[in-house]
Order: sequence, then C-alpha cells, then structure tokens
Amino acid sequence: MSDSKNKVAHDFGPTGSVLEQMDTHNKNLENIGVEILPIHTGGTVHAKRIPGFFRTLKWIVASAWLLFFIGPYLRWNGHQAILFELESRQFHIFNLTILPQDIWMLTLVLLFCSMLLAASTTVGGRLWCGYACFQTVWTDVFTWVEEKIEGQPNKRIKLEKAPMSINKFWIKFKKHVVWLFLGFLTGFTFVAYFVDAFDLWGRLFHFEWTLVETGIIVALGLATYFFAGILREQTCIGFCPYARIQGAMIDTQTELPTYDLERGEPRGRLKRVKPGEKAPELGDCIDCNLCVAVCPTGVDIRYGQQFGCITCGLCIDACNSVMEKLKKPKGLIRYASLAEFGGEELPALWKRPRVIVYVGIMFAALAMLVWGAFNMAAIDVKALHERSPLYVQMSNGTIQNKWTVKVVNKGNEPMKAEVTATGPQDLTFKSGSILNIQPGNVGSVTLYVQIPKKTLTDASTPIVIKVVDLNNPVVFEEYESNFIGPKVP
Amino acid sequence: MAHKNPWPDEGNTGHIWDEDLRELDNPPPLWWMLSFYAGFIMIIFYTLYYPTIPLTNASGEFTKGMTGWTQINEYQDDFKVLKDWRTAKFADKEEQLASLSVEDILKDEELRSYAVATSKALYGDYCAACHASGGAGITNFPVLADDDWLWGGSIAQIEATIANGRIGNMPAKGMMGNLSDQEISDVTDYVIALSEGKGDDVAYAAGKAVYTKGMCMACHGPAGTPMAPTGAANLADGIWRFGSDRDTVLSVIKNGVNVKKNGVHIEGTRQAVMPSFKERLPNADVNIKRLAVYVHSLGGGQ
Repeated sequence: MSDSKNKVAHDFGPTGSVLEQMDTHNKNLENIGVEILPIHTGGTVHAKRIPGFFRTLKWIVASAWLLFFIGPYLRWNGHQAILFELESRQFHIFNLTILPQDIWMLTLVLLFCSMLLAASTTVGGRLWCGYACFQTVWTDVFTWVEEKIEGQPNKRIKLEKAPMSINKFWIKFKKHVVWLFLGFLTGFTFVAYFVDAFDLWGRLFHFEWTLVETGIIVALGLATYFFAGILREQTCIGFCPYARIQGAMIDTQTELPTYDLERGEPRGRLKRVKPGEKAPELGDCIDCNLCVAVCPTGVDIRYGQQFGCITCGLCIDACNSVMEKLKKPKGLIRYASLAEFGGEELPALWKRPRVIVYVGIMFAALAMLVWGAFNMAAIDVKALHERSPLYVQMSNGTIQNKWTVKVVNKGNEPMKAEVTATGPQDLTFKSGSILNIQPGNVGSVTLYVQIPKKTLTDASTPIVIKVVDLNNPVVFEEYESNFIGPKVP
Repeated sequence: MAHKNPWPDEGNTGHIWDEDLRELDNPPPLWWMLSFYAGFIMIIFYTLYYPTIPLTNASGEFTKGMTGWTQINEYQDDFKVLKDWRTAKFADKEEQLASLSVEDILKDEELRSYAVATSKALYGDYCAACHASGGAGITNFPVLADDDWLWGGSIAQIEATIANGRIGNMPAKGMMGNLSDQEISDVTDYVIALSEGKGDDVAYAAGKAVYTKGMCMACHGPAGTPMAPTGAANLADGIWRFGSDRDTVLSVIKNGVNVKKNGVHIEGTRQAVMPSFKERLPNADVNIKRLAVYVHSLGGGQ
C-alpha cells in the first residue's frame, strides 16, 4: 500500500468506497470489492426506466429469447424442427438426430457454454447476468408490464402503501393475470420442446393434457411468476450460485461499470453560490441518486463493484443523461477496469492468461463438437462374447465361439445389416439372417465363429466383426474382439 | 444469575449472567413455527397411516397402519402391473409358441429370438444344474453348446429328449459281456486312437479286432461313428461323453452305462439319466418347445 502508484490518491475524506483501499496488484475478492454487502433491504426494488445505450442493448440481447418461444413452431421435413422425444429417446435438431449414445456431445456443449461464461466474465464482467440471463430478462419484462399497468416507480410505491380498494385490487389483478399468462407461456413453450407444439395446443382446448404435462407446465409457470414477478433481484442476490461464482471470476483487469471516484468526489448537490461566498470545491457527482434509482438490484454503484451488481450498465445510462444536462463530459460511471483507475495499462486480451486458457478450452470443445457432428457414425455395434461356455469343441475338430451382436441404427433410413467376421485363414462363421433395423432401433443377431483347433496358436486370437448396411454400404462398423480357445501348450 | 433486571424494557427473559450477559426473547418467525407444528402433525398422521409401531399382535402379525399399506404390497401391486403388461404385450407370441410346431418356430426369426430370450430363467431353473449355464456342460453331463448329439440334434429330437427324457445304455465288457481285461485294455487304446484319427494304424490292430468281437459297432458304428442317434457316443470325434483320459474310457468299457444286476446298478457303472420334463415343467406344452429352441440355438443345433 505504500507504493503510491498502486493506490488511488485522494485528498478528500473517506467516502466509504472500496476504491480508497484498492490495491490493483492484489486480486483477492476483498480487494476487487465483490464481497462488500450493501444490498437493498427496503422492500421491493422499483427501478426507474431511463432510455439510453445500455437500455437499448439490453432489449436487443433479450430479444434473442424470442427464439425460445418461436422454436417449437418451426417445422423440418414434416416434423417439429427441434423435438426432444423422451419416449423413443431421440433428440431431433433439424436434420440431426441424436440418440442417447451420442449424449457425450451434450457435455461438450456444456463445457463450451461454461467456458464462454468464464471468458466473457473475465473480460467484461457479468455480461450473462446483466444482459442475457433468463432471470434478468424475464424480470425486465415483468417489471415493464408492471410499469405499463401500475405506472412509474413513485406511483407504484404509493399504490403499494395505499389501503386495499376496488381500484387497487383491479390494477393489481390485471398485473398478476398478465404475469401468470407470461409464466404459462414459458412453461408451455418448455414442454412444447418435448411433445409436438401444435398437438399440445390442440389438446389444451380439449383438456387432454397428461398429468406430467400439466404438472410441468403449471409448476414452471408458477415458478416463472414467482421468480420473475415476486422474487426478482433476490434470486440473483440470494439464490443464484452463478452470481457468486461469476463474482469470483472478476479481477482488476475486468472491465465493469465503475464509478470514477476521483472525478466524482467529493460529491454534493449543486447550490446557487451567493455573491461573495466561496463555491465549495465539489466533484462531478451531484449525488442525485439516479444511478441507484435505476438499478434493478437496488445497489449503489458508487461503493464499487459488489456482489449485488449484475453489471447491466443501466446506471451508466442514468449518469450519462445527468451529465448531459449538466454539460459535463459523460462517463462518470463507465465500463472500466480497476487497473485503469489505478493508472495501469490494460494488457491486450490475448496477453491475459485467464482469457487464453478459457478461450482455448472453448475452442477445443467447439472443435470436438464440430468433429462429432460430422463424424457421428450412423451405426453403433456392440458384440458381446458368450461367457458360458467361452468356447466349445465341435465334432469336426474346430473350436466355436459365440457372440451376440447388437446393432443400433442411428441414421434416418431403415437399415439392412449384415454381420460378418474375419480373422485367421481358416475362420468360418455363421450368423443369423440379415437384420432389418428401423431408424433409432436396435437389432440383435447371434454370430458363431469356428476356427480349426490346429490353426490356433494362442488361447486368444484377435478377430474383427464387421457390420455393413447393405442398403448403403458406405455405412459400416468394425468391432474388434478376441476368439477364445483352449490353452495351447 | 442476577436477581435484578436492569434492562426491563428490552424484552429479555430475565435470565442474566455475569452482570450483563442476558437471554433475549427472540421468537422464531411465524412461518417457521407453523412449519414446525405442521411437522408434528405430520408425525402423528404418519404414525397412524403407515405401519410404524414395531410390535406384533396376538397372532404374530405385525402392526398395520390404518390403511393396511405395506411396502411389499405396493411392490407386488406394481409388479402385477408390469406382469399384466408383459402378458398382454406378448400374448400373440405365446399363442404362436403354443400353436406352431418347433420347426416352424425355428424358421420364424422373430419368434425364435423371442423363445430364446424368454428361456433363460427357465433354463437356469431346470437345466443348468446339470448342463451348466449356456450349455457349457459339467463333467459327466453332456455339453449342449456343441454339435455332438447322443440322441440327435434336430429340433424335433431335442424336443423329444426334453419331453420324454433319456436313459443311457451300454453293456459292460462288450455286447456279450465276455471281454477279458487284456481285451478291454486293447480296445481302450483303439477307441482313443479312433478319436485322434489313427484307428487304422497297425499298432491298434488288436484293439480293432476286439472292437469287432465285442460287437461295439452295433451301436457305435463300424468306424466309431454311430449309424443313427441312439444314445451311443461318436467315438471318431474329439468329444468324450465321460472324459478323455484312458482310465475313464477303460472304466466305462469295463462297467458300462446303467448296467443293473437284480435291479441294482453294479459297482462302477455310469448312471446317465436325463429325466422327463413333461410333468416337471410348468406349462410344459409351451415351455418344452421354448427350451428346445433355446438348446438348439446354443451353438450346435442341426
């Protein structure tokens, strides 16, 4: 702390900001500031809406969620484009059919997403929380509805305090009906990814939903209503584990909405200076509290980065609008890293180890996904060697082994699978009839392989079981197995 | 504990230690208390509803809950649902198994795999004790997975074997029971040579003569291969009914199989009997066919 370069210099008194004690070389949580806990405890947060760059950006990003609602109605080759059929265990995504055997790809998708989350958080703070998270987006829409029905924040607070009346009940009733409808749509859309969407609508009006469908739609609908309408920012502060994890991913080089302490302090309201009186020396912050009023989680950004802040940038819009009126330069609150405020230069993105590692893993996962999507075999073969007996001596002096060969048709066309075996020269085999396997189904055939006893040089001889789709001979799979014989002295 | 309460208005319980250490009365939130009471009510309900009390009544039965619910009943009910479902789903297959002949069942690939798939438990219960799982065989009990059949390996013959059973039969010391010990020793060497493909060697000429004299060929055929499947072993292949070592072969020739004197097995004779399963198997009509198909598919059916 003695090194003045690493310390923000102040000539004014204590402001309560963590920036005062900031050591930009130390990356502990305490020094970054995410562990201070000034959270809003004054009941429901009624955030003001102010137009601006980040407000627009928020809507644009949020509108990506419209795809979620449109998704179930897209058609592809006569069936629903995105459909996760649980009963037949087939996941259709446009032309791609994913069977449970390929579920490893899901882990790669998850890996990619988690690394994207980590990388974006390291670079730009809680970008997911602030712009894209469904909790943020749904809360945003729910409060927008609230504002349309109940009015601006001051009106809402007044209404909240007013005793119950027919008028208040009517206003509240309208709001809750709209909220519940949005919740219902959310639950319905979710379920529509698992059963045909149009069919689900049709059965709604005939009251023919199954118990499971009804249960999930009602539960998800109520959960949406509860989390986005009632709990709102408390979810981010009190429930969401990712909020805390992401807080820990932020370091002093992360660009976050940050209050420029040096420029803003000492804060104070503008007063008319009487002639002869000396104007007090004030910073640019006029302590209008607009940044707090617009905050959807009710934090005061001027304390520095804190765990209640979802880094949505709405305080930047608010502050900029005030600075504009005051004819002062914008950016009293701006996206900046603590290192910048500490007078250091930000290293380029590709020079930051964390970014390199995160992005590296991200692209590795992506590459494997792409490889997997293009190389997904249309056929899956498992050959189970008979264990009792391992081998049989036949009357013509050969040794016989038996396999149960299971063939999964992972393609979209019916398959005619032929099972053959190759190995030592004198190998002969006998397999059942050619398997006709429907898409997504499993066929099973018994394969008998015989090798003359005198040909065997070892108790275990490698052989290859090959399965070919006669309808489309480019589709085949080879399965390596071992032929077991008596011990050769 | 102090006897005076210097903080009468702060809502403490009056329990004060060490001058100022005092217990405050901070009741838990209402919702918390309500769930606590609800938990108590739940316990009472649970105790009454489920078989909770670990005591027996006069007749030795356990104490039942108010509704008589038990875990095993629930399991059995659930299992019945599964069983009914299974019965309904495969009713047509079972019907086909009952009405078709084993040959026809074998021809229908789907029906054949159904018969094989539903045989495993049955085979384990009724056959595996002697023939081992998968038909691997045990010493003195025939291997079913090979293609060497004493009584024939066609599906109909297998079916007949399972239905009616088989009794092995081989006289001691040759057909007439008149071979000397030296002759038995010679013919033992000869049949072992037969299985190795060396039966025509001059070295075994003596044994070969005994083979003719003892009328072994009546059942085992002139060159060790039986003419018809009558329970006689094929001596020309490498598969032995009772064991391939010389002592075992010699003992079988000397004492025979199922040789009886005055209704009692003579000492040293092999007792080779396969019981009839017509009466032993439940639902024998269908299950014999099912097992015949299974055994036929083990690896050596003809």
